Amino acid sequence: MQKLLKSRELLLAAVIVLLLAVIAWRFPGFVRPRNLANVFNDTSILIILALGQMMVILTRCIDLSMAANLALTGMTVAMLNAAMPGIPVPLLIALGILLGAALGAFNGILVWKVEIPPIVVTLGTLTIFRGIIFVMSGGAWINAHQMSAAFKAFPRTPLLGLPVLSWVALFMIALMVVVITRTPLGRAFYAVGGNPTAAVYTGIDVGRTRFAAFTFAGALAGLSGYLWVSRYAVAYVDIAGGFELDIIAACVIGGISIAGGIGSVGGAVLGALFFGVVKNALPVINISPFWQLAISGGAIILAVAFNARAERKKGRLILRNREAAA
Amino acid sequence: MLQQAQPATVNKAQTPANEPVLALSGISKSFPGVRALSGVSLELYPGTVTALVGENGAGKSTLVKILTGIYQPDEGAIRLGGEEVSFPTAYDATQAGITAIHQETVLFDELSVAENIYLGHAPRGRLGLIDRARMNRDASAVLKRIGAAIDPDVRLRDLGIASKHLVAIARALSVEARIVIMDEPTAALSYKEIEELYALVERLKAEGKAILFISHKFDEIFRIADRYTVFRDGECVGAGLISETDHDALVRLMVGRPVGQIFPKRDVEIGQPVLTVSGYNHPTEFADIGFELKHGEILGFYGLVGAGRSELMQALFGVTRPSRGAVRIGGEVAVIRSPAEAIRRGIVYVPEERGRQGAIAGLPIFQNVTLPSLSRTSRRGFLRLAEEFKLARQYTSRLDLRAASLDRDVGTLSGGNQQKVVIAKWLATHPKVIILDEPTKGIDIGSKAAVHEFMSELVAEGLSIIMVSSEIPEVLGMSDRVIVMREGRIAGEYTREGLDAEMLVRAAAGIGGNDANRK
Amino acid sequence: MNAPSTGSGPRAIPDRLEGRWSSLFKSWETLLIAVAIVVFIVNALSSPYFLNAWNLSDATFNFTEKAMIAMAMALLIISGEIDLSVAAIIALASTAMGVALQYGAGTPELVLTGLLVGLLCGAFNGWLVTGLGLPSIVVTIGTMSLFRGIAYIILGDKAFTGYPPGFAWFGQGYVWWVISFELVLFLAIALFFGILLHWTSFGRTVYAIGNNLVGALFSGVRVGRTKFILFLMTGLMSGIAAICLTARLGSTRPSIAFGWELEVVTMVVLGGVSILGGSGGIPGVVIAAVIMGLVTFGFGLANVPGIVMSIFVGLLLITVIGAPMLWQRLKGERSA
Repeated sequence: MQKLLKSRELLLAAVIVLLLAVIAWRFPGFVRPRNLANVFNDTSILIILALGQMMVILTRCIDLSMAANLALTGMTVAMLNAAMPGIPVPLLIALGILLGAALGAFNGILVWKVEIPPIVVTLGTLTIFRGIIFVMSGGAWINAHQMSAAFKAFPRTPLLGLPVLSWVALFMIALMVVVITRTPLGRAFYAVGGNPTAAVYTGIDVGRTRFAAFTFAGALAGLSGYLWVSRYAVAYVDIAGGFELDIIAACVIGGISIAGGIGSVGGAVLGALFFGVVKNALPVINISPFWQLAISGGAIILAVAFNARAERKKGRLILRNREAAA
Repeated sequence: MLQQAQPATVNKAQTPANEPVLALSGISKSFPGVRALSGVSLELYPGTVTALVGENGAGKSTLVKILTGIYQPDEGAIRLGGEEVSFPTAYDATQAGITAIHQETVLFDELSVAENIYLGHAPRGRLGLIDRARMNRDASAVLKRIGAAIDPDVRLRDLGIASKHLVAIARALSVEARIVIMDEPTAALSYKEIEELYALVERLKAEGKAILFISHKFDEIFRIADRYTVFRDGECVGAGLISETDHDALVRLMVGRPVGQIFPKRDVEIGQPVLTVSGYNHPTEFADIGFELKHGEILGFYGLVGAGRSELMQALFGVTRPSRGAVRIGGEVAVIRSPAEAIRRGIVYVPEERGRQGAIAGLPIFQNVTLPSLSRTSRRGFLRLAEEFKLARQYTSRLDLRAASLDRDVGTLSGGNQQKVVIAKWLATHPKVIILDEPTKGIDIGSKAAVHEFMSELVAEGLSIIMVSSEIPEVLGMSDRVIVMREGRIAGEYTREGLDAEMLVRAAAGIGGNDANRK
Repeated sequence: MNAPSTGSGPRAIPDRLEGRWSSLFKSWETLLIAVAIVVFIVNALSSPYFLNAWNLSDATFNFTEKAMIAMAMALLIISGEIDLSVAAIIALASTAMGVALQYGAGTPELVLTGLLVGLLCGAFNGWLVTGLGLPSIVVTIGTMSLFRGIAYIILGDKAFTGYPPGFAWFGQGYVWWVISFELVLFLAIALFFGILLHWTSFGRTVYAIGNNLVGALFSGVRVGRTKFILFLMTGLMSGIAAICLTARLGSTRPSIAFGWELEVVTMVVLGGVSILGGSGGIPGVVIAAVIMGLVTFGFGLANVPGIVMSIFVGLLLITVIGAPMLWQRLKGERSA
């Protein structure tokens, strides 16, 4: 457990609390539990996506296609729902997850078997996925009135005081903590990203591990696809356009090293929450929402600079050895 | 001549079983341009330590990688308890009961000590999840067994290099293995830790494990090994019982000729100091360094791996910044902040990590040679290829480089030829001081002799050389003067006359001599 | 090949085994030219409007601005770095020009503003990467948000319009007949970067850094300085692209050039530059830019929407990078 609360995560949590305190000083309404729950609910999709991206980044890869994956699966389930309202929503969600996983696996196979650099693969699939949405939908929108009531209601349904959307995010966080800290695969993510050569020596298949990371990230993007489309009750080609970089930014702010092997579930969640707090606080404190982009940009740069300082190679520490031995 | 000794004769520790637990026969392995192993054999017996000796590049590491499933042999058979097996992955080798302490640390900075020890075979609890509590308990037990006082819950990155090495050893012993491979396990350890490792080896022997022990230290081999196998240039050139051989015989087998011949050091008149270093300190890597390098001199730096020699040299070359101290070149104080500045001052560095820091694979040979000299071969910033080829031809032919053409990618050359390209690159800058860090590590014997001969030529021409080397014969053969470093400090300075291997080893390990009180 | 191997003594090593030109026939560039020709013929056959000087001239506007940035980006990627903030620099530079316009700036001042903002942004990126030692892929994701964010803060959902006619020439003017200013400018920039990369010692150090950064450092290459200059040049090119684009559109919105960074990177990679650094050249990137322009134009003539073309580009990118790797793997497995 104490592994979860390493200094990086604590510090970020402190920054978020400080941010909340500053806002609360002038606008106490913002920190009321109901509003904080809203902020969390609003950030749920970003959290789920950041968890997926985290796995990929841990293995020293990157997935630029997550938002396009989300849009493609979102459009697919929306069109299915519009065409055949009879399909039960749980089945649609399962389909979304499966389709997302398949798209992620396509990325993974190209990285694993064809050995194309991940950034090139996902840059390509990003445009391909978006293009497919256009071909599929003919550029048309699926609007709220074309979706069934059940389709739209699921993420909003309150359950024990929180909407289902929030519960899905909480469940995913819990699941990911278990996967990352308690399964061999989760540990393999760290090994593959931290020291790929050494990972081979310990019998870990680097390519297969990366494939798994991409597939899981894809599945989470697929789930987010349904959540996004049903929550905003609209689907079109450009939904979540440019969101791929927000996801990466959330991870980076959360202390996940782009060089692989460093990061935690807590960090990814806090990174996403930081985004959520800033985005929701701006209108409250009467700052134009147009400030949001610049603030997140500044936060990314500060976070990277801070992480780099912490990660800096310490050398071999020959002298310290001697003192320790003496 | 393969002198196959009969087992079940006299043995120091205990009588080995008649049947080898592991037998390799006719193993060959080639890489593009290199034949790393050709038809080697090796047998390991239970309760027996077999020393695998050979020079760097003889094929020992390749064999270890084949035994641990990293490489697949091109031909040959591996028999485990009489049954023919193969190890497609590292996992299969572990499952077959083979574990290894690798030369490079195969560890992960971001994981805890316990996770490092149990990565890939962690104890599982309910639902197949990793049982952390049990893993930490087991890790403590394994660490205790090897006498290491390390908290299993601490992150690996917070440990020093010796502790990391102990974790690597603990990792190897955390699996139930019949065969334990130790690839230079004592290279980074202190005297006390080495003694504990020897005790551990004895215990493993008593448990009936077969141990393959790779080492460059002869005293060590004669102390703990029962049998030996010698590799030279990828071939098995001898095997037998340690009790039936001696130091000289092993060396002869290893190098294939008497030792004196490979070091053609000529006597050169030593002149005035060229480089003076005093009060040189680094926050974490070295302290209190002071020495002089004279005109026409070869100054050897000996020490164990991790004694701070490379770190010191890289600071002199401007790669890392020292915290305190002065460097004088020809009497003039020089503050060197970057390699570019060092090169301008006439100091060049041939690094130990040839692939990473020396040759630039991907660039052709001639471009590698001219890289630091581009200001001379270009005019107003524009390249002149004819000049570049001329310069490259001049220096590579001097070093007897073997290559198809000068526009070949340097990455396609053998280790020895890459090293020649790196040296040619530096000679083309007309340096005053050339620092050679493990100049012959991992290169074939022919190139080795060429490098040594060339060093003699250079000092005869008035250059001064600092040679960092862990190979005692090389240090003894080539140096006019030797400085021994231990744990970041100078542990002794010796002139060529009357210097012997034992003095070096003692100083480097901190036993006897000027440091007698340390045990 | 006549390299007699005499028993002893140094033997002569030939400078080259193959002529300088013979290797050209199996190069990436040759393949790209073939693709370009095929695209050209297909377009010419499928649309009667294609082979028209003015239409072809219009087609060049599809790629010239992006291709200008791609020239500098090629060097940056060869050196092992990347700049994802180029499109955001366009947005910020364009916004700055709009602000300058509000203060009554004339054409020279507007151009100067664009160039200066581009340089400053490039210098900021360069400082973060070389001064603080941060990974460029993340840093430039950050500055991408920051630069465009500043444009949003200044502009919100409004737009600057009313650029002077003299300024419009940079984006709409023609030097001679159908030859646009933008095309001439792009060719000049391509020539500059081609010479810089392939014929100067600066270009050589770029390759050295990209192939082995530590090795280059240990060879006395001033790695930090070189990389800083590359970021500076990429920023400057983005500034120039901002001038052309703003002049062509006649207006500035904060969403200007959105998503261009990925198109520029695609152009560079398609041009044969390894995303891992160390190899590639300017001619390939120029041809790749032309191909992308022709394909966009051809699809446009055939009334195929731009987004479908993006499927084509995405597939092209993956195939073009993946095919050689796959082929090498298969070859390797067969021989093993």
